[in-house]
Amino acid sequence: MNIIVSGCGKIGSTIVESLVLEGHDVTVLDMNPAVVEEITNIHDVMGVCGNCTDCETLKDARVADARVFVAVTGSDELNMLACFLAKRMGARHTIARIRNPEYNQSSLVFLRQQLDLSMAINPELLAAQELYNILKFPSAVKIETFSRRDFEMIEVRLKPDSVLNGMNLITMREKYDAKVLVCAVQRDNEVFIPDGNFVIKGGDKLGITATPTEFLKFFKALSVYQKQAKDIMILGGSRIAYYLAQMLVRGGSNVKIIDRDAEVCQRFCDDIPKATVIVGDGAQQELLLEEGIKDTEAFVSLTGMDEQNILISVFASSLNVPKVISKVNRDELFNLAENLGLDTIVSPKKITSDVLLRYVRALSNSFGSNVETLYHLMDDKAEAIEFRVSPEFEWVNIPLKDLQMKKNIIIAGIIRERKPMIPTGNDCIMANDRVIVIAAGQRLQELSDIIKKG
Amino acid sequence: MNYKMVIHTTGKIIGVEAICLLVSAAVSLIYMESSGIWLLATAVFGGLLFLLSRFFKPKDEIFFAKEGMVTVALSWLILSLIGALPFYLSGEIKGFINCFFETASGLTTTGASVVPNVETLSHGIAFWRSLTHWIGGMGVLVLVMAIAPSGSGRSIHMMRAEMPGPVVGKLVPKAKTTARLLYIIYIALTLVLIGLLFFGGMPVFDSIIHAFGTAGTGGFGIKADSIASYSPYLQWVLTAFMVLFGINFNLFYFILIGKFISTLKSSELWTYVGIIVSAIILITVNVSSLYTSIGEAIRHSAFQVASIISTTGYATANFDAWPVFSKAILLILMFLGGCAGSTAGGLKISRFVLLCKTAKNRIKHVVHPRTVKSVRFEGKAVDNETLTGVSSYFIIYCMCIVVLFLILCLEPFSLESNLSATAATFNNVGPGFGAAAVNYNGYSYLSKICMSFAMLLGRLEIYPILILFMPATWTKK
Repeated sequence: MNIIVSGCGKIGSTIVESLVLEGHDVTVLDMNPAVVEEITNIHDVMGVCGNCTDCETLKDARVADARVFVAVTGSDELNMLACFLAKRMGARHTIARIRNPEYNQSSLVFLRQQLDLSMAINPELLAAQELYNILKFPSAVKIETFSRRDFEMIEVRLKPDSVLNGMNLITMREKYDAKVLVCAVQRDNEVFIPDGNFVIKGGDKLGITATPTEFLKFFKALSVYQKQAKDIMILGGSRIAYYLAQMLVRGGSNVKIIDRDAEVCQRFCDDIPKATVIVGDGAQQELLLEEGIKDTEAFVSLTGMDEQNILISVFASSLNVPKVISKVNRDELFNLAENLGLDTIVSPKKITSDVLLRYVRALSNSFGSNVETLYHLMDDKAEAIEFRVSPEFEWVNIPLKDLQMKKNIIIAGIIRERKPMIPTGNDCIMANDRVIVIAAGQRLQELSDIIKKG
Repeated sequence: MNYKMVIHTTGKIIGVEAICLLVSAAVSLIYMESSGIWLLATAVFGGLLFLLSRFFKPKDEIFFAKEGMVTVALSWLILSLIGALPFYLSGEIKGFINCFFETASGLTTTGASVVPNVETLSHGIAFWRSLTHWIGGMGVLVLVMAIAPSGSGRSIHMMRAEMPGPVVGKLVPKAKTTARLLYIIYIALTLVLIGLLFFGGMPVFDSIIHAFGTAGTGGFGIKADSIASYSPYLQWVLTAFMVLFGINFNLFYFILIGKFISTLKSSELWTYVGIIVSAIILITVNVSSLYTSIGEAIRHSAFQVASIISTTGYATANFDAWPVFSKAILLILMFLGGCAGSTAGGLKISRFVLLCKTAKNRIKHVVHPRTVKSVRFEGKAVDNETLTGVSSYFIIYCMCIVVLFLILCLEPFSLESNLSATAATFNNVGPGFGAAAVNYNGYSYLSKICMSFAMLLGRLEIYPILILFMPATWTKK
């Protein structure tokens, strides 16, 4: 599929990387020749240097042949104009990054209609949503929801002395009477799709699917349940912080925001009157202690600098703050942060590229749009996809145990008429179900890809 | 340095060579010649090396510019060594160094030969000799990229090292598809040429050999007098195609997708055509007294100009006997070469244009020290990075030529012979003047080794080979 990505910043290059891995024909557009040169050296893409709202540049990038045009430059207005032009010049689908809070109220719907945008992505809003989910359920390091929150997939990191250490999955199910499914395990940078005899070790990162109520029961039984964080300290007055604070305040939490810039603080104060806003340098431990970091239930570090986020989060962890979340954008710092003991890390660019990939995969699906949701799990080593079973799917009404499935694939959940369930070997896939599939080390385009061919 | 990845890729390239050798062996079989055995044996040897290289599974496919350069240089060297085996084993060319020279000359599309009488070569060996032109013309690595499943997105480093020209771009987003498109255009043009030659009365085998030699802008033939004994029609066809193969292949792609206007706007193309036309006019005037009719003079001068500027090296006339002025023009054309992104060698027209424009700007700068002026080429301002690259390439190019020239001057030949031999081998033209006019048999082994490397330097545009032999590449410092 021909895809044009305009703007090769942090988000742009992550999108390009994942699109190239999916095997698409990608053309990148950027103003800066050095950036174009760099990205064409690393990835198998074509580079065009120029202004993305210049029709000659767009012609050079062959916008008329593009299935998807993605505009992710730093400026919302540039993105909107570029998408508008691209659409007029023949691009089939256009996606723009629009992140200014002013556009994200009712005006966005109007803009989308008028500009004929297929999708508007707001990375900061998406990141804030993910943070909000985690803060609601702090036992998890990552939460993904399927099918309008009927079903959740949670990543948890086990403590080395966890009660589950040395237990196999069948025993675990019986002992705790848990209607949950462990569908992926990450240990030492390797990801397994476990079967019933798999033995869990302390320090593993587990991917678990269940309904929200079952999770509650399971975590309470394990006595690792942490209740929803109500006192939250946010460091850095970024856009993510803005959205997150808004959501938290609306949910009734106490939010304290710290930023160095008095102007930024003033704006926060005007827009979110219920939040406590502090002007000061969050890198000073003195200030954090003074503002009561020890008594908060969760600390979220959202400054613009990855290194600062990591270091302050380490400090917060050392003070035994129950939940510490840090924003890290650079891939290479990801592992480093995990090694330092920070388990909950949020990366806006990864979240954005997941959303985009889901859209593109749904487009490339031969039966039309039936990829409903797609998430990358376990540091991108596995993915969870929600499919709607299309009428063309041949393997309906066959018990799962009789299905010849490929290796490293598990069906983690079936949602039938809005009723979620964890499937057993005797369940079957039926028409119009929604099926959640976890796959390690492979890319699924459609549901029939899970079946072993030939 | 990712050694395993280098070995892995080089292995793939040897595999491709083995397949080409098999094809040549099949040709031998058609003519029932004993040389087929040696072609087959070499093919098997290449196949074994390919299988052996499969054991070096790279842990990661990380590939930087350095690995790209080294892979390209190493594989061309190995290809020349393996490709020399059939000549040596069959005994049709004496002396391994001669065989290496012949293969390097073939792969680099030079067309300089050491064979005393090419008409004595068996069909299979002659076919292999010309096939090296064809695969060397567009590039073996590009061929590997087009057919082998590619994992790494960094293959552009290899493509850049093998494709001639100051800036190497892609036609379409994927390197693999780009490589395929280039080969499709290349194969199509070659087939058209074979057809035109065949229907013009050339035997099938001769048509294929000459099409290979022209497509790769090589110049190996199978007749002692090159093209002279063929009809004027055939000579004109070859003239046209030599010019065509000296044009940037991107332009053919633009024509293919219907962008005629951007093709016509190419200033490199017009400079190329301009140089050809003026050279033909000058030489025609200069040599008209040697020929009976003006038509004949035009035909011979056009053929020679096309042959030299596209760095092919076929001949219809004994241009060594032409007046000095004509020979001087031909010598200058040798240095210029064809367009960037073609199969031709030499400095390349686009570099020449950029150098001239930079020089012009510098002169202006002396008169008006405060002027701000950028060099424009193909309708766009050229960035300083590219200009510095072109200038330093030119310096290295000149230095290499001077060194080679000095070494060749150890031979007891005239200055003219040695200068033309230097230009003809380094720019991948083929025949020179004087002692180098017909073949390079008279030169010593030392000169032949140096010239073989010069041909490789010229074909890969210097950097890869230099980097391969630089100690810093192999130390960890």
